[in-house]
Amino acid sequence: MKAYLTKRYWFSASHRLHCDALSAEENRDVYGKCNNPHGHGHNYALEVTVTGQVDSKTGMVCNLADLDGFVHENILERFGHENLNTLPEFQGVVPTTENLCMEIYDILERGFQHAAIEKVRMEETMLNSFEYAGGREIRN
Amino acid sequence: MVYLTRKAEFSASHFYHNPEFTPEENKRIFGKCNNPHGHGHNYTLEVTVKGQVDQRSGFVVDLKELKEIMNREVIEAVDHRFLNKEVAEFHERIPTTENLAITIWTWLKPKLNVAQLHRIRVYETPDLFVDYYGEA
Repeated sequence: MKAYLTKRYWFSASHRLHCDALSAEENRDVYGKCNNPHGHGHNYALEVTVTGQVDSKTGMVCNLADLDGFVHENILERFGHENLNTLPEFQGVVPTTENLCMEIYDILERGFQHAAIEKVRMEETMLNSFEYAGGREIRN
Repeated sequence: MVYLTRKAEFSASHFYHNPEFTPEENKRIFGKCNNPHGHGHNYTLEVTVKGQVDQRSGFVVDLKELKEIMNREVIEAVDHRFLNKEVAEFHERIPTTENLAITIWTWLKPKLNVAQLHRIRVYETPDLFVDYYGEA
């Protein structure tokens, strides 16, 4: 039987929303306070949803220890307490939570071997959230 | 079509163990969850049903009726229980969150004639939950 397992993680990072192709004034118009040149930070909540058949021997879609290990090593260690603008994945890509969400989905999709990745959901603050399922429709 | 979700809470204990595995395998695969004396969680159950809104009542489902069915069929069976020992479905099957969600679906599905069951979501902790949509 197919089930969907979601685990929630947290990390903190800073970013500045700025597009080199726009003028200084346009950047301020589009990004508002988020264009502050010194950057600002968030406590990001990250939800990873994996899916697959529930293994009859373990009762699991995948072992949580494997998912936790992968997420810690490849996502929390990589983005936690970093300035996202300084990272190679955000050179020429504005580190909005949309782009961060897609980047994290791709890391999981490429590297996590123990279950299929259904979607990634991120909360930038308690008032906004973003979801990406590799271009598929989100199932609710 | 409108979707309606009702929550309930229950507290229960469980442990993970497969008698087909060696003690070392059980320890390696299940870690701390293999402690045979069990450990507990405050679970949150979300039952989502879907249907057309009745023109006269304005309801998808009578929430009082849904609440009674959830209490009778699920909460009474699992609340303040040691799942492995006291719930027949988990004598053989490991009471993981995945299996809890599937089991609760099979309990509720035949009893819910008031609306169509859409999703069972079981939170083991606020940071870990499983969704089941009745898929094979």
